[in-house]
Amino acid sequence: METRRDVFQAIADPTRRAILSLVFLQAMTPGAIADNFDSARQTISKHIQILAECELLQQTQTGREIYYHINAKKMKEVADFIEPFRKMWDERFNKLEAVMKKYKTKK
Amino acid sequence: MERKTKIDAQEGRQDLFITREFELPVDLLFKAYVEADLVEQWMTTKVVKMESKKHGSYQFESTDYKGNRFGMNGAIHDIIPNKKITRTFEMEGTPYGIQLEVYQFEELTDDTSKLTMHVIYESGEQRDEVLKLPFAQGINMAHQRLEDTFKKSK
Repeated sequence: METRRDVFQAIADPTRRAILSLVFLQAMTPGAIADNFDSARQTISKHIQILAECELLQQTQTGREIYYHINAKKMKEVADFIEPFRKMWDERFNKLEAVMKKYKTKK
Repeated sequence: MERKTKIDAQEGRQDLFITREFELPVDLLFKAYVEADLVEQWMTTKVVKMESKKHGSYQFESTDYKGNRFGMNGAIHDIIPNKKITRTFEMEGTPYGIQLEVYQFEELTDDTSKLTMHVIYESGEQRDEVLKLPFAQGINMAHQRLEDTFKKSK
């Protein structure tokens, strides 16, 4: 089985984050995206490809043009990745509170 | 309902803040961090060593759901009763490095208190790996449950 690209690795790159914030506002063609950067069109195209592979970007075809837009569902998934970490601590602290409340009444 | 535990992990940094308010007087909250038998109860880990003093050290031992043993340890740099603990933390046998932890204990009222944990990692990459850990474990556990279900239905 081929391993898919790591979505966190994808958003770790500043150029790719800049691309995401651009298309967040409106769907754009690869050319229009590249116009916002000094890098070669090929470089930007590669970044777009990685974002599309990770499903952070989706494309739609309008006539001859391909437009990229953000995949809100996938973005939310990534934004929520911190939630399990928070929950782990929350549960740990709940336990601390319960243990100490019991300790208090025993005193 | 407002979330009791908050995580502030800004992008591109190598640290994070964990804050939580407790329905406990500050001295009890502090006690939960320095007394071995209490740490054992809420951390559900075996406390092998706990020297709650300046330049002291601590050592925990845990067993995961598969029965694998793993250790955690650290050195206490400074400790100010009911106010502050500065210590290091290491999960043995993992690539996550050694983190520096600064705990601030604050009295809110006679019966409530606040804990602010500032955790500094060796690099931003390491911090993000640790953040992703429960996320990845959640996925692994979901896979495991799926596998178990399939095995049972066979």
